Amino acid sequence: MKSTLFARHFAVAAAGIALTCGTVHAQVLAIVTSFPKDLTEVYKKAFETRNPGVKVEILNKGTSAGVAYVREAPANNKPDIFWASAPDAFEVLSKDKLLQKYDGRNASVPARIGSYPINDPQGYYYGQALAGYGLMWNTRYLKANKVPEPREWADLVKPVYFGHVAVSSPSRSGTTHLTVETILQGEGWDKGWSQMLQIAGNSAAITERSFGVPDGVNNGQYGIGLVIDFFGLSAKASGFPVEFVYPSVTSIVPANIGLIANAKNAELGKKFIAFTLSQEGQELLLDPKISRLPVLPGVYAKAPKDYPNPFGGKIKARVNFDSDLSEARYYVVSSMFDQMITFRHKDLVAATKAIHDASAKLAGKNNPQAQKLLAEARELAFAPIVGEGKAKDKEFLALFRDTKRDSERTKKITGLEEYWNSLARKNYAQAVELASRAASMAR
Amino acid sequence: MSTANAAAGVHVQSRAARLKRYTPAQLAIALLIAAFLLAFLIIPVANVVYIAFAEPDGGFTLSHFQSFFHLSLMRESFWNSLLVAGSSVVFATLIAVPLAYFTVRFQFRGALLIQTLGVLPLIMPPFVGAVAMQLIFGRSGSLNLLLKDAFDISLPIMDGLNGVIFVEALHYFPFILMNLVVALSNIDSAMEESAQNLGASGFRLFRRIVFPLAMPGYVAGASLVFVKVFDDLGTPLVLNVTNMLAPQAYLRITSVGIEDPIGYVISVLMIVFSLIALWASALALKGRDYATLQRGGSSLARRSLKPWQALLAYGWIALVLLLVLTPHIGILLLSFANVWSFSVLPDAYTMQHYATVFEDSPRMIWNTVFYCGIAALIDVLLGTAIAYLILRTRLPLRHSLDFMASAALAIPGVVLAIGYLRTFRGIEIPYSGELLTSSWLILVIAYAVRRLPYALRSCMAALQQLHVSLEEAAQNLGANQRRTITRIVVPLMGGGILAGFVASFMTAAVELSATIMLTTSQSYAPMSYGIYLYMQSAAGRGAGAALGVLAVAIVALGTYLSHKLLRSRAADLDRLV
Repeated sequence: MKSTLFARHFAVAAAGIALTCGTVHAQVLAIVTSFPKDLTEVYKKAFETRNPGVKVEILNKGTSAGVAYVREAPANNKPDIFWASAPDAFEVLSKDKLLQKYDGRNASVPARIGSYPINDPQGYYYGQALAGYGLMWNTRYLKANKVPEPREWADLVKPVYFGHVAVSSPSRSGTTHLTVETILQGEGWDKGWSQMLQIAGNSAAITERSFGVPDGVNNGQYGIGLVIDFFGLSAKASGFPVEFVYPSVTSIVPANIGLIANAKNAELGKKFIAFTLSQEGQELLLDPKISRLPVLPGVYAKAPKDYPNPFGGKIKARVNFDSDLSEARYYVVSSMFDQMITFRHKDLVAATKAIHDASAKLAGKNNPQAQKLLAEARELAFAPIVGEGKAKDKEFLALFRDTKRDSERTKKITGLEEYWNSLARKNYAQAVELASRAASMAR
Repeated sequence: MSTANAAAGVHVQSRAARLKRYTPAQLAIALLIAAFLLAFLIIPVANVVYIAFAEPDGGFTLSHFQSFFHLSLMRESFWNSLLVAGSSVVFATLIAVPLAYFTVRFQFRGALLIQTLGVLPLIMPPFVGAVAMQLIFGRSGSLNLLLKDAFDISLPIMDGLNGVIFVEALHYFPFILMNLVVALSNIDSAMEESAQNLGASGFRLFRRIVFPLAMPGYVAGASLVFVKVFDDLGTPLVLNVTNMLAPQAYLRITSVGIEDPIGYVISVLMIVFSLIALWASALALKGRDYATLQRGGSSLARRSLKPWQALLAYGWIALVLLLVLTPHIGILLLSFANVWSFSVLPDAYTMQHYATVFEDSPRMIWNTVFYCGIAALIDVLLGTAIAYLILRTRLPLRHSLDFMASAALAIPGVVLAIGYLRTFRGIEIPYSGELLTSSWLILVIAYAVRRLPYALRSCMAALQQLHVSLEEAAQNLGANQRRTITRIVVPLMGGGILAGFVASFMTAAVELSATIMLTTSQSYAPMSYGIYLYMQSAAGRGAGAALGVLAVAIVALGTYLSHKLLRSRAADLDRLV
């Protein structure tokens, strides 16, 4: 009796294996993407119905994990398409010759958005949707906590927002990296970092995933989040009590799609890219669950009222994003953010709180000595540990860019990271001390 | 048959065994099992350890470890992991001990229901629980909103490490509960009665007599909780806690790349600490005799509680059960919720999320059943074979099979996954041209290897309880060895094998640590990964929760059915006797 039971088990297992192997022989298009299931599922279905016999395989990875995946896949077994938001990731891929150059433009797509080219001038990848960065907030949360609605990044450094903000970390999320770069490029290295540190000091959490921010705002854990536009727009379209604005220091950059070099199914890949750039493929972006900005201007005619249109001049994007600059210092910015902010968040928050408290006590009082202490505390807590000069140093940047890590290099980088980390901790502790001394002087 | 005859039979048998210690078939099976374990456990893990100590050109170095300990972030992660695992054990104990003690040692209505409900947390992936707990205990969760309204206070239950400890303790306490229930029911009540005669009562009786006697069960459960929490990746990730070892290993390998040596150093440390925890639990029990003369329920006299005691006990248990079931309640609410934002309960309810799941992802449900089914099947096959080889043959080195298989318990999922990615990089499955590391097969293998210790333990226990004379009787009646195994041994071990199957299946279905690293494509993804994926978008939160509810339902159904099967089988056997 037992043997028949086993036989049945084996039959089931064998049938399952046959079934799964059977699908391998259909034409499979493998797409590496950082996009959520809501988006990929719509495109997968649309493309599969238009091309019977084709199976779209979605490999869902974070942007940097996706780059690592493409790089480490063996040469004879590469996926076909890379599809993600962050232009710098595409820069990295095309520099490493991991993308296939070909002409697949849709002629109706404008050459530029602002001064930023929508398609890669060298032809390695194509802009598929546009994205801007901004602020989303939970209206119920702000009302309950009596917090005013923000308009600009600079608003978020105010004491009234302490503990209500959330951001992600650039090392984990390509879109957060873009946001941070946008602020750094818009405000300049030193001022940008100072603003970023103050916002992070006001933050309740540095989330691990980029979606952690909009998710937390949606369910009301956090009041305000720094997000890419479609997170805010799609949440609003899904019925959550949230709002989204583009601040003036924003940039509109394309989310891209590109064919991977040595793709197993290159022709099918090109067909898919052409589909995403066509009128039909662009209209899919207007799906309320997706809510992205099409690159094809004509599609906006079909959009619902109040849908942001970057071609109409309604969004004032002050920053002309420089992706070469961003790519050159990619790892430095990520690593600095992690060492100063992500991993030292508790200390940074303590310093920020002490500074807010002290400045509240000193408000309206004329106490130059206390003001001086407070200014020192601010300088310690909110200045970047790597100055602008060093951030331009080619040798310094090169140390971080190479991914091959021998023990010598590992030692150097970990040594540097440790130095930053412990310096940040020391600075924050000192800032707390100075700020409380300043506060105690206020009589 | 006379006794003399039987004795002679045994004598002949053992002389034959001395002459020939094993058959070629047994040797072949043992070698096959060893090859499987070597390829999918020992070599990948050895590879990880090797990289942690190797220069790129092959020389030995300790410099990666120096780099690691030089980073204060890593030191901090290390202490945080220890702290979280340790505190989780403490809180899990606080939950599990009263539940077990009251329900086993006292006359208690609904004891079985309480013990069953107590196992429920195990069948939900802990990170799904974490999402639900955020909504109920988080900063703007139901509880804090109510507290803020009423008293203007809020409790930081889910902030940082607190949240991880809270979720892990609630998730893993059943390991302590289950082991403790068994241990407590095996205590001879004469011990307790003697103590009472000598004047001990109340807490003193529990502290000095009952708990020490149940120590083996407690230590086994507690060390398992420690290891599991130490290894868990999904919960800290969902709660945005990154300064712990498992998340750091994951972040290092996925963002810096598979070449980053620090990831391997973390892996080695995680293995070492898991080994220490398991070794310490063995050491704690060594050299003590826990055997009591009489065993089993028959001697157990349940005491009755005084009314005020009963009130306290029921109250406490109700509170604990409510707490234990909040993740389930939360996820159920979320799966029906239209919009749930900054409010005590969702604004409106809908069935839409279930429709989405059935439309989009029936494949994931099937994948989970299929992968975990095969993995559990491999586990019981290997478990039965290993148990038989160890207990019934004299194959040299047979105990090393047990050792190797059990070693999987000390290997965190992240580490095994890293080992696979490294060892099998670029290797293709014959005839399909597909990469092993990007196929579903690697998931099945990972599940099978990681859950083998559970299945092995229950198979061993089942075979140990089976007296060898039954096999000898069959052989005396003319059955050859194969027939004896298939007709006598395996059917009589049935219950144990099934229990092993269920344990493997259940725990594999909710595993995320290895899954998240080894899953490459959505169509091969199991449910646990699917839930994680759904939870990445605003519209997907409800759908993810719905998938979570389905996962719980499937695992619960499977467990229930196998219990039923087990009972009817037991009834069959009784009729036979």
